[in-house]
Amino acid sequence: MSNTATGYTLAELCIAAAAEAFRHDGEVLATGIGVIPRLAASLAMKTFNQDLMMTDSEAFLLSEPNPLGARGADFVQANETWMGFSRIFDNVWSGRRHAMLGPTQIDRFGQSNTSALGGTYQQPKVMMLGARGFPGNSISHPNSFFVPGHNPKVFVEGECDFVSSIGYNPARLPKGHKLDDVDIRLIVTDLCVMDFGGADHRMRLVSLHPGISVDQVRENTGFELEIPAAVPVTTAPTVEQLAIIAAMDPHNQRAHQIKDNPPGDRTGAGS
Amino acid sequence: MDKQMSAAQVVAELRDGMTIGIGGWGPRRKPMALVREILRSGLKDLTVVSYGGADVGMLCAAGRVKKLVFAFVSLDFIPLEPYFRAARQGGELEVMEIDEGMLLLGLRAAAWGVPFIPTEVGLGTDIVTRNPDIKLVDSPYDDKEWVAMPALKLDAALIHVDRADARGVCQIAGPDHYMDDWYARAASKTYVSCDELVSTDFFRDPDQARQVFWERAATTGVVHIPGGAHPTSCSPQYGFDVPHFKAYAASAKEGGIQAYLDQYLGASEQEYQQRVGGLDAIRSIALPTY
Repeated sequence: MSNTATGYTLAELCIAAAAEAFRHDGEVLATGIGVIPRLAASLAMKTFNQDLMMTDSEAFLLSEPNPLGARGADFVQANETWMGFSRIFDNVWSGRRHAMLGPTQIDRFGQSNTSALGGTYQQPKVMMLGARGFPGNSISHPNSFFVPGHNPKVFVEGECDFVSSIGYNPARLPKGHKLDDVDIRLIVTDLCVMDFGGADHRMRLVSLHPGISVDQVRENTGFELEIPAAVPVTTAPTVEQLAIIAAMDPHNQRAHQIKDNPPGDRTGAGS
Repeated sequence: MDKQMSAAQVVAELRDGMTIGIGGWGPRRKPMALVREILRSGLKDLTVVSYGGADVGMLCAAGRVKKLVFAFVSLDFIPLEPYFRAARQGGELEVMEIDEGMLLLGLRAAAWGVPFIPTEVGLGTDIVTRNPDIKLVDSPYDDKEWVAMPALKLDAALIHVDRADARGVCQIAGPDHYMDDWYARAASKTYVSCDELVSTDFFRDPDQARQVFWERAATTGVVHIPGGAHPTSCSPQYGFDVPHFKAYAASAKEGGIQAYLDQYLGASEQEYQQRVGGLDAIRSIALPTY
């Protein structure tokens, strides 16, 4: 019996909402980069999709996800097989993976940027990480995004300054590929949940977090979203889910992931 | 065959303009003592191929890199490498920015002696628009276009390992050998620094031999440098030096690379290690928890 929790943080709401991305994945490697995506994958694996696979973020595949942060000296992780970085690519290119990542820019096509902002390519104004594994992830397997600060600098008006990952952009579609080959699942932000289920793969509002309005999402998105006539409220985490999240994150790293760690329900917060 | 060399002898075999592959990953098991020896030399105009960390940052800041082949440069817990950023933002660097897996394919192509390996990785992204040297090809078997990831042939590879014998049998005892086997195979010359020099008998134990990821024929030279990965990690022996990396990153804001090098580099690895607290201090750095 699931009891909807009444007191929960926005981070916990996002973890529960992001876990939904992995619900129907079956037996794939779930990779959540960052605290909230990793806890989301962990929550999914501990509850409604126990077939998921996760790594220790280093070199082993686990049959039980590791809690975050320092663990007791007597902690023994549940190794299942070696999974060094070279072997990760064997998995990635097989397609049996779903990654949830947090790029710096996302455009209306679902293309994302992890590399460079502004200036020219030869001399960017702000250099970031580089393309990392985004090009390969995006063309090989499903991907979702987590955005802790939903604003027009992330959801940019034009194309991303550098396109690290393929999206639903007809102009960049490789020969012999279809837009349907691209598989971007959920986008969970501090305001809402979105997907690409709109007409012609347009980004679409799926649910609003409690206390957030459609206008707030519109104002903070640099392009037009598809907005259904009725938009539901994001489902609150259950008491059981909160207990699992707390057990997976004993040092409460989730409290530091979204600015000011607001409550999950911002009804009447007057923002 | 005795392949033992000094770090200075390794660097003396390198030439300006060479393509150098550097093993490890971000802040993990980088051949930093060999990188420091390059910093003490006049070597320049290098093309560096790396899953980059401070190795790339230091060489860029010191003006030794003409071109960088990379997918990322990061110190992990400090996500953005400050000196790499400065080099890019200064417009100084020629780059081949590719996906992490493409870098692996490029090393494999070089190791296997094929001009390229086809992949769909990079399609639909700026990897293919920003790299005129990376071509697309049609397949003889289907109607799709494919990225022809070119072989990344290395003039030399630099790698740090836990143990090696004098003949170049190299052991990586940590949980991941990353792509170091491919660096070793992709290079004309592979120079390996090791934390421990062991006798050949050491590898008779199959559990020890199981952690050897390339044959000694792919090793050109062996340099015994205990603690030689510092400030990066050499798991399970030591972790990465968080305070040192913080000081390194802070130097990018104040003082610059010259201040960092003046403070730490020294005239030799011995002097460097004294300046960072000594070998025992390096060996006592705790392993990170992910």
